[in-house]
Amino acid sequence: MLQKNEDNERHRAFSRRGLLLGGAQSLLLAGLAGRMYYLQVVEADRYKTLAEDNRINLRLLPPPRGRILDRFGYPLASNRQNFRVVLVREQAGDVERVLDALSRLMVLGEHDYKRVLREASRKRGFVPVTVRENLTWDEVSRVEVNGPDLPGVSIEMGQIRDYPYAAGMSHVLGYVAPVAERDLTGDPLLELPGFRIGKNGIEQKYDLPLRGAAGNSQIEVNAYGRVIRELNREEGKPGDELVLTLDGGLQTFTHQRLLGEKSASAVVMDIENGDVLALASTPSYDPNAFNIGLTVKQWNNLINDPLKPLNNKATTGLYAPGSTFKMVVALAALKAGISPDHRAFCPGHMTLGRARFHCWKRPGHGWVDMIRGIQHSCDVFFYEISRKVGIDNIAAMARQFGLGEPVGIDLNGEKGGVIPTRDWKLANIGEPWQGGETLIASIGQGFVLTTPLQLAVMTARLASGKAVTPRLTRGVRAEGEGPEGGEPPVPDFATLDVPEAHLNIVREAMDAVSNHPRGTAYRARIQEEGWELAGKTGTSQVRRITMAERAAGVTKNEHLPWRRRDHALFVSFAPVHKPRYCCAVVVEHGGGGSKVAAPIARDLLIETQRRDPAGRPSMPILAVGLPTQQG
Amino acid sequence: MPADIFLSNRNPEITLRQKIWQLNWGLVILLCLIAGVGFAMLYSAANGSMSPWASRQLMRFGIGLFIMFVVALIDVRFWFRHAYLIYLGSLALLVAVEVMGTIGMGAQRWIDLGFIRLQPSEVMKVSLILALARYFHGVSMEDIGRPTYLMLPLALVMAPAALVLKQPDLGTSGMLLLAASAVFLCAGVRWWKFALVFVAGLAAVPIGWQFLHDYQKARVMTFLNPENDPLGAGYHAMQAMIAFGSGGVTGKGFMQGTQSHLNFLPEKQTDFIFTMLAEEFGLMGSLGLLALYFLLLVYGFAIAFRARNQFARLLAIGLTTNLFLYVFINMAMVMGVFPVVGVPLPLVSYGGTALLTLMTAMGLVISCYIHRDIRISRRGTAEV
Repeated sequence: MLQKNEDNERHRAFSRRGLLLGGAQSLLLAGLAGRMYYLQVVEADRYKTLAEDNRINLRLLPPPRGRILDRFGYPLASNRQNFRVVLVREQAGDVERVLDALSRLMVLGEHDYKRVLREASRKRGFVPVTVRENLTWDEVSRVEVNGPDLPGVSIEMGQIRDYPYAAGMSHVLGYVAPVAERDLTGDPLLELPGFRIGKNGIEQKYDLPLRGAAGNSQIEVNAYGRVIRELNREEGKPGDELVLTLDGGLQTFTHQRLLGEKSASAVVMDIENGDVLALASTPSYDPNAFNIGLTVKQWNNLINDPLKPLNNKATTGLYAPGSTFKMVVALAALKAGISPDHRAFCPGHMTLGRARFHCWKRPGHGWVDMIRGIQHSCDVFFYEISRKVGIDNIAAMARQFGLGEPVGIDLNGEKGGVIPTRDWKLANIGEPWQGGETLIASIGQGFVLTTPLQLAVMTARLASGKAVTPRLTRGVRAEGEGPEGGEPPVPDFATLDVPEAHLNIVREAMDAVSNHPRGTAYRARIQEEGWELAGKTGTSQVRRITMAERAAGVTKNEHLPWRRRDHALFVSFAPVHKPRYCCAVVVEHGGGGSKVAAPIARDLLIETQRRDPAGRPSMPILAVGLPTQQG
Repeated sequence: MPADIFLSNRNPEITLRQKIWQLNWGLVILLCLIAGVGFAMLYSAANGSMSPWASRQLMRFGIGLFIMFVVALIDVRFWFRHAYLIYLGSLALLVAVEVMGTIGMGAQRWIDLGFIRLQPSEVMKVSLILALARYFHGVSMEDIGRPTYLMLPLALVMAPAALVLKQPDLGTSGMLLLAASAVFLCAGVRWWKFALVFVAGLAAVPIGWQFLHDYQKARVMTFLNPENDPLGAGYHAMQAMIAFGSGGVTGKGFMQGTQSHLNFLPEKQTDFIFTMLAEEFGLMGSLGLLALYFLLLVYGFAIAFRARNQFARLLAIGLTTNLFLYVFINMAMVMGVFPVVGVPLPLVSYGGTALLTLMTAMGLVISCYIHRDIRISRRGTAEV
């Protein structure tokens, strides 16, 4: 009984405390329920967002780069399939064994072999590692056929820029190369591995329209970053297809023709609308090499080459124009009131103060007027008239012809050259102008510097009397003929402030240079009827001829080392009586303009007129402005 | 002879048939429901496949049910008589894994029995409560007030708790202590003694901190400030919360949980399975499962209150509290209100030992129910 009572007492104590315990547990569970409510109702939106961020990755789809076409629609830069072998480590198992098997099917250098091993061990197991790019069809099929023996190996297809004209077009087109740190603009496309942007030439200038807009793919990834599936896909906009003014065939011809010389450049233009039909500079480089990536050795060879293959000499090479400048001086003289019949006597030199200025022809030309002065390129005649005209008037005329400042072509880095004036010399050299310097400038020597492109523009303006400016791009290719596609409008160039009569005198003189038996370029005339050219030779010294040399008689170019020989220049237009095309040629250290440069110009103008690009239908374009990028 | 266990001649009034009739079927159905939720989640965790988890768990649950019935039908006095023996056996197993660990198999916490890996620390959770219930059954209210009578039960608690802590398994050790305190409390130990132990425990925290392993310290620090280290130790805690919260009210749908199926969620088939449920079924699912557990606890408490002997009361309340601790710690842990200590969600998480010990515990609770009217003298003789 006692024990029973005691047990009842224990039971009561138990019940009390048990209820307490149960109550406490219920409270704690209620707390859990509250926490559930907080997480799943109050904070649900925040966690839902976080969960989506976790699983969804946006992946950019690089747009295909727009092609670059010549005026007739032939591709100058396009995209080619690039097959590459990739290896996924976790599928391969033994990476070395698979690589050994691969190296029996294709060339696999020691360097690549080690790089793959390194990358494979560093990257996550499911990330593909590129083993080799640019496989040939043969290699692709060998890898595919041996698929079962190559676990984890697959062929991926990408796009790589292709320049079918290779070195023939590189200075105009430029090249594409992987994005460098300083190129980053915040456009996520640029951060895509393997993405390439234009680094030079048209590729650089019109990089934005050529690039297009990236598409994107929403993909679901798991916690390790492995792709599970694609949720959504938005295709990007391919880059614009750019139509240039170049004639691919003529460009190739020009490049080939210049290759006969060590270092030269040439520009062929349409006088009427400023279309640049060919623009070449040699030696050149293969832009395709930049795509794959140059080796340090290749790069060093390029930048250390004394012939500067990376430079576009047509737009950035500065040369004293030599006698090709004489037309400008003649026009300045006519404008200053000197009669076209003004005659001067050339004894082979002229003395000014204590200095003696030589004519290129030692015995002298005798009596010459303006037309003879140009035809025979008599230096003394121009010494004399320039003294009367003065350097500032000559400079003003030169500027009208596009000299002394960039003419504004669609290529970055164009040089402006120098047309000296009294003020210019004071500001830049800090010394007053000397009378003798006017004489030297009148034959295109001394301070005067021009680019081959400027000389072509000058010639176009001489032939047309209008302020022709060059253009390199016609526009964006139109899909069809239709109303939206068409020709770019013919630019309405302003008329130069030079009387037509004056121009005719100069044109007549240039005609005589080439077509008069005693003209300096008669041997480089065009004999086909109706295609005759008018031109002017130029030979510009790159050094002073010392008195000692004159005395010793070592004045022949062929006897000098190449570096010290004269530059050979020739400017010309054709047909002589109805000018349509103009051409400027500069051969570095080529010697005499008539002997070296004029024959090249003749061949270029014959080929130009044979092809007659202006007379053939060209690729229709859209009339839209193109955003450009300064470089 | 086994039959003697079921048909004790000292209780001629309860036959085996009556026992089966007395089986608490509501509780059994509840257990099956909760386990069913577990199978579904394991099926989802394997991306819609019975293997590797759901099928094995199903098999284990079958074995567990069988064991539960056997345990339930055995006379509660059998458990009373053999409580100390079972306790000593469990302690021996604990010592055995400890010795095996030191011999050179690393920090091993289990003994391989072929179909499951038996964790003695899990077994000890049941054995300790059995032993304590047996002890306090024989101590009068008067004696409980005397400190000397608390020496033995404290030793019973401390021995396994220390061994488990040394494994090292902070979570299980803590659960042993908490479940034991519940038995102490309901046995009638004075409040101020709990207060004393609590204060002493607080004072011991800085000392105990020294003995923690680095990964345990990291877990506690991570719990205190999970955003501090979102890519390191805090990553999993963060991802679990994201999974939980992103379920919203209705969830993302069965097998549609992005966090779980894309592996952002750690341990989704074991300790974090509740997070997966919450992600796929939302608040409805998580509250629903909580309600099922609550009902289970109510059953446990009701059985404890209904029992006529102190042993059964203490046993039922101790085992029910043990279940509560599993549920509470696991849920609190995955919801980021408790450090990650590695406690599974009973009947739902994948894992053999926890399931089987839990089913055994439930068997004991049901046994307490079936034999609720049996009185046991303080010395252990039965009275009707």
